[in-house]
Amino acid sequence: MEFVAQMINGLSTGGMYALVAIGYTMVYGIAKMINFAHGEIIMVGAYLAYIATSMMGMPSYVSIVISIFGCALLGVVTEKVAYKPLRNSGSLAVLITAIGVSYLLQNVFLVLFGSAAKTFPTYIPAGTIQFFGISITYVSLISLILTGICSAALLFFVNKTRIGKAMRAVSEDKGAAELMGINVNNTISLTFAIGSGLGAIAGVIYGMSYSLIDPYIGAMLGIKAFIAAVLGGIGSIQGAMVGGIVIGIAEAFTISYVSSTFSDAVVFGILIFILLVKPAGLFGKNVREKV
Amino acid sequence: MKKQQIKQFMISLIISLVIYGALMFSMNNGIISSYWSRIMITACINIVLATSLNLASGYLGQLTLGHAGFMSVGAYIAALASIHLQTPFIISLIIGAIVAAVIGLIIGMPTLRLKGDYLCIITLAFNEIIRVIMLNLKITNGARGLIGMPMSTDFTSAFISVVVTIYVIYCIVKSRHGRAIISIKEDETASELAGIPTFYYKIMAFVISAFFAGIAGGLYAHYNGILVPVSFDYNKSVEILVMVVLGGLGNLKGSVVAAIVMTFLPELLRSFSDYRMLLYAVVLIATMIIKEKNLMPHIKEKFSKKEVVEEVAE
Repeated sequence: MEFVAQMINGLSTGGMYALVAIGYTMVYGIAKMINFAHGEIIMVGAYLAYIATSMMGMPSYVSIVISIFGCALLGVVTEKVAYKPLRNSGSLAVLITAIGVSYLLQNVFLVLFGSAAKTFPTYIPAGTIQFFGISITYVSLISLILTGICSAALLFFVNKTRIGKAMRAVSEDKGAAELMGINVNNTISLTFAIGSGLGAIAGVIYGMSYSLIDPYIGAMLGIKAFIAAVLGGIGSIQGAMVGGIVIGIAEAFTISYVSSTFSDAVVFGILIFILLVKPAGLFGKNVREKV
Repeated sequence: MKKQQIKQFMISLIISLVIYGALMFSMNNGIISSYWSRIMITACINIVLATSLNLASGYLGQLTLGHAGFMSVGAYIAALASIHLQTPFIISLIIGAIVAAVIGLIIGMPTLRLKGDYLCIITLAFNEIIRVIMLNLKITNGARGLIGMPMSTDFTSAFISVVVTIYVIYCIVKSRHGRAIISIKEDETASELAGIPTFYYKIMAFVISAFFAGIAGGLYAHYNGILVPVSFDYNKSVEILVMVVLGGLGNLKGSVVAAIVMTFLPELLRSFSDYRMLLYAVVLIATMIIKEKNLMPHIKEKFSKKEVVEEVAE
């Protein structure tokens, strides 16, 4: 029973990682950059929901919508202001800028709200539901369902709609896509918006499951989600989902069977292993180096 | 040519002696307060870190985010040697640096096959793993921190370390090996075809870089008096990388200046301590966007001919 309970625990954290990892993977696929600030977007998402509910007294669903749109807007703005001017420069410059954006967001919220943790509003009542003798908290159940719906909607959008096709085209070859009449700038903005919106949902899930938020929550969450994206094969949305869930389960098992202090080391160990054995990830394509 | 080198060496030696003499004189006569002289030691440690990372990230062109990990290995080993083996300060420093270099070799062997963003993330992962190990070992005293090493680092030892680091890295860069390292940065495939053992040189630059990070760690351990694993997390690695980037990749003088500025600026901005990190982030983004084009003035000059050819070809 303990095993199954931990499995479900891992699935619900893994779902959260998956949502964040999708943001990384989509942005990497289309802009060929690690958006180091993506973790901070999740933190902003959690704070926006907190502001809307606890400070302005809005109902939960309105706050979640505000948080999603706020983060989507923030994602687009960061892309336009910080990353677009560097689109043709080396990966180092973009990476440093992304780190700068991440510090900026973290410190803006540190100045505005202080470093003390805030209590996240309770959207879902505490309590458990019984399934064949296994008790699942409402929060894990809701986050699992939420993750499932978002992933399915995203897969449909990317694979079946015209805009999704444009996104796939841009990530394959920017120049050729432009020649085919696709507006590359808008497509990139849209990718950032979707990634950040999913990040906001992950932020809300984080707030619901841990009930305390502070300006530093994004950093570690972001790195772990990035590892999930690499594990699944960067650029692949299904890969990010699988990677996120694997990381979540691995973490849950390490915490319950080994020690909570080693959970980070295990996650990073997975990353090292996958990069050394199969750098393209589980679902990634091997890219041959051109001379 | 040889004569010129000796002349250059003598000039550099005299300049560093004069700087050292002037700073020591001001410190002994109270022109520089003991508060600022302590910060100057931090600046020295940061210069060692920045210049050594510049060899791996600037000249070799391999973006790594694990420098704080090597620094922590050097720091812990040097401190443990001082505490348990009672080795003299300089021996502790060297032991720490050698172990850091060995760890650099062990990590470098598998990881340097990767490139760009992947290398950056995997070195970050090793950095975090080293931190978790330090946190969980008995001998390092975990999160409570390791104490008991003598506070042997003074301005003289820090300054000597800076001079030695800069001199060694300068010599490497100017040598045949240095040209090989720079060629790998420019085009790895082409240099491999030209007969340069690229993997060997990548490992070499990486290990030397780790060695000096270990020296910096040893200095830090004997200066701070307490070691906690949190101070070597990936934020520290980012801080060092930012120094290198702001100073200019492949520009030693730039790294020195950036390390000094980045050490003193936060101290000067202490009165606005709430906004200081905010400002720092804005400066970072703005610098990257504005100065992107001449990030590497040093190397660009040398290879300007090649660029013209490339532009024509395009």
